[in-house]
Amino acid sequence: MRHLLSIADLTRDDIERILDRAAAFAEVSDRDIKKVPALRGRTVLNLFYEASTRTRSSFELAAKRLSADVVNFAASGSSVEKGESLKDTVLTLTAHSPDAIVIRSPYAGAANLVAGWTTAAIVNAGDGKHEHPTQALLDVYTLRQKLGSLQGRNIWIVGDVAHSRVARSNILAFRMMGADVTVCGPPTLIPRGIEAFGCEVRYDLGDLRDADVVYALRMQNERMDEAFVPSLREYAANYQINGRRLGPRQVLMHPGPVNRGVELSGEVVDSPQAVITMQVKAGVVVRMAVLYEVLAGARDARPAPRPAEPQLA
Amino acid sequence: MSAAYGSHIKTPAAAGEAGNSARLVRAPARAADLLLRGVHVLDPRTGLDGARDVLVRDGEIAQIAAAGSIRSPTDVEVVDGDGRHLFPAFVDPHVHLRTPGQEHKEDLETGTRSAAAGGYCAIVGMPNTSPTIDSAPILGALLDAAAREARVPVGFMAAITRGLHGSELTEMAELRALGAAGFTDDGRPVVDAGVFRRALQYQRLAGGVLALHEEDPSLSGRGAMHEGAISTELGVAGIPSVSESVMIARDCALAEWEDARIHIQHLSARESVDVIRTAKARGVQVTCEASPHHLTMTDEDVRGLDTRRKMNPPLRGEPDRQALIEGLRDGTIDCIATDHAPHARDEKEVPFEQAPMGTTGLETAFAACHTDLVVPGHLPLALVVEKLTSGLGLIGLLVPTIATGEPANLVLVDLAAEWVVGESGYESRSENCCFAGRTLQGRVLLTVADGAVAYRERSIMLSAA
Repeated sequence: MRHLLSIADLTRDDIERILDRAAAFAEVSDRDIKKVPALRGRTVLNLFYEASTRTRSSFELAAKRLSADVVNFAASGSSVEKGESLKDTVLTLTAHSPDAIVIRSPYAGAANLVAGWTTAAIVNAGDGKHEHPTQALLDVYTLRQKLGSLQGRNIWIVGDVAHSRVARSNILAFRMMGADVTVCGPPTLIPRGIEAFGCEVRYDLGDLRDADVVYALRMQNERMDEAFVPSLREYAANYQINGRRLGPRQVLMHPGPVNRGVELSGEVVDSPQAVITMQVKAGVVVRMAVLYEVLAGARDARPAPRPAEPQLA
Repeated sequence: MSAAYGSHIKTPAAAGEAGNSARLVRAPARAADLLLRGVHVLDPRTGLDGARDVLVRDGEIAQIAAAGSIRSPTDVEVVDGDGRHLFPAFVDPHVHLRTPGQEHKEDLETGTRSAAAGGYCAIVGMPNTSPTIDSAPILGALLDAAAREARVPVGFMAAITRGLHGSELTEMAELRALGAAGFTDDGRPVVDAGVFRRALQYQRLAGGVLALHEEDPSLSGRGAMHEGAISTELGVAGIPSVSESVMIARDCALAEWEDARIHIQHLSARESVDVIRTAKARGVQVTCEASPHHLTMTDEDVRGLDTRRKMNPPLRGEPDRQALIEGLRDGTIDCIATDHAPHARDEKEVPFEQAPMGTTGLETAFAACHTDLVVPGHLPLALVVEKLTSGLGLIGLLVPTIATGEPANLVLVDLAAEWVVGESGYESRSENCCFAGRTLQGRVLLTVADGAVAYRERSIMLSAA
């Protein structure tokens, strides 16, 4: 695999291969010396155009545990603030010959675009509201650990689906792994035509008890300013996952960071059903597997770089 | 012919329109002397459809006769028309020439050269320039520049509101007297219904059609493509079809109330076609246009997030495209206009959501419509030619006609020739063409605009006798 741009580009076999390798890497993270030489001498560049703590540090740890060199490039405090375009930034950084660029951008399709401008392998760490493929992979990894298989499982994704790249990648990945997916949220935050993903749509939590897995999305404060919902209080009254709504055998997931008291009550965050810290831990090993996959996995099959002229943006 | 102002161009005063002084202007050019021999002439308005010899003398159509019957005078260029079609040249009421202020995208010379290469004999530029065309000095300077630089006759619409801010009317009467082809805030709607109503009332004094870019900004929001399953899949904010149709419904109601004349630009949605069909049936004085890209592409074509396919209004769904085609067929849609909107390469070489809206279109309009509408049998060739030649007649400017005594406004086309869009570059300064890389069928070989040869494809020079 040359790049990881979206879940939509993967097959079930791809996902299973990456997660099997992640499972093999998991043992590394439990050692006293948490390092293997798999990517020694390789350079991984983190290019983050949005604030991110957990995803960026997770990629950084993953690269370091594989002995790669890591350079972090955040948009703030850099040439980007001086008005440099994405293309010019990528061309400049490419001159340093990175082997992989991990990119997060507020714009859909940015990772694909960058893939056309550089010879480095590209890993999409979130492009606008489009996709966040490593999040979906780590969530599938976590559920495999917890449930064995996703086949036939019923997964509810609850909250602001419209503005969530996590929702898009996860619906695709969960469906690909054989799960049934239901999305649930305020009608103003369920985008038109989401059924085309092969999921069901609900506007209330009435049938939440049917779910094996409840995946709560982060409710962002800025959505209040845009009047998508009347108030956080009303949102919580209708969609908060709390002790009353969450069953004892259901698995609770959240991509973090959690707004306690909004999409999740404090009690369920701290409950045994919650696997939120497992997700974080899975993040490192899955990203190790992804970096290994694009940098060493299919080394022989790696095609020539794309021609110098990409599609005109 | 006058050096500055194409005297050949007839500007029939539109019925009921006060002070029609709209002007089309181009640089001085040598009047053509041509014999197009054995060419298949198709003029949907005169009904002429068959092989003829067409003789152009001193820029006028001097004679139309049976194929092979005209003996070539010694001082004319003879063009072999065998296997080729001759239409009235196309006209476009909606292009962006980016001048003044954005000449890095396009200027009068490159824009009109692009038009000539697409088979156009006259075009009308939009006023969303920098500064806006909203005062007589700016319009006057632009007409003067066009009289030096324009390869085909060009007119300009002036803004409805100062600076396109939507609040104060421009000095429409003065602008009209100076030659404004009409008024538009294109690129933006006139959001305030009260302001728009005053513009409709003022039309009784100033004349000139009000051409309208229709969308409700509160519904479009930050949308970058058609709202539907594909925008949802891509995670790109959508522009719903109703953003367009509700504004068209509002403005048709206001135009009816004030008995005013409006023209709706770039229809994209099925709902909009329905609204206009109903309004026309009620007798509202409304005309409208559709663009080649909306007639031939859909939001499926946006899946790759190619910014050349980002435009406003956005490419919509297949049912919308079918409704536009039906609208052309039943007469609801009056003309095809390109909304030629050049942008520099680096402006478009950014993520989709950041990119400016717009595609170039002058050089591909006929070929795209021919390839996707005529060749598959959706529309007859004559209808497409009619819709490509009617846009300036709607605003009282020009209806190119192939008839003896008419000024030569002609386009010679090879309907069988296939070409790859962009393969040998563009005449436009910009290359943001949504059809780039596509193989289209139908090639413009020669354009005669207001009596002068404005474009000739290389092969035409070789075959000249």
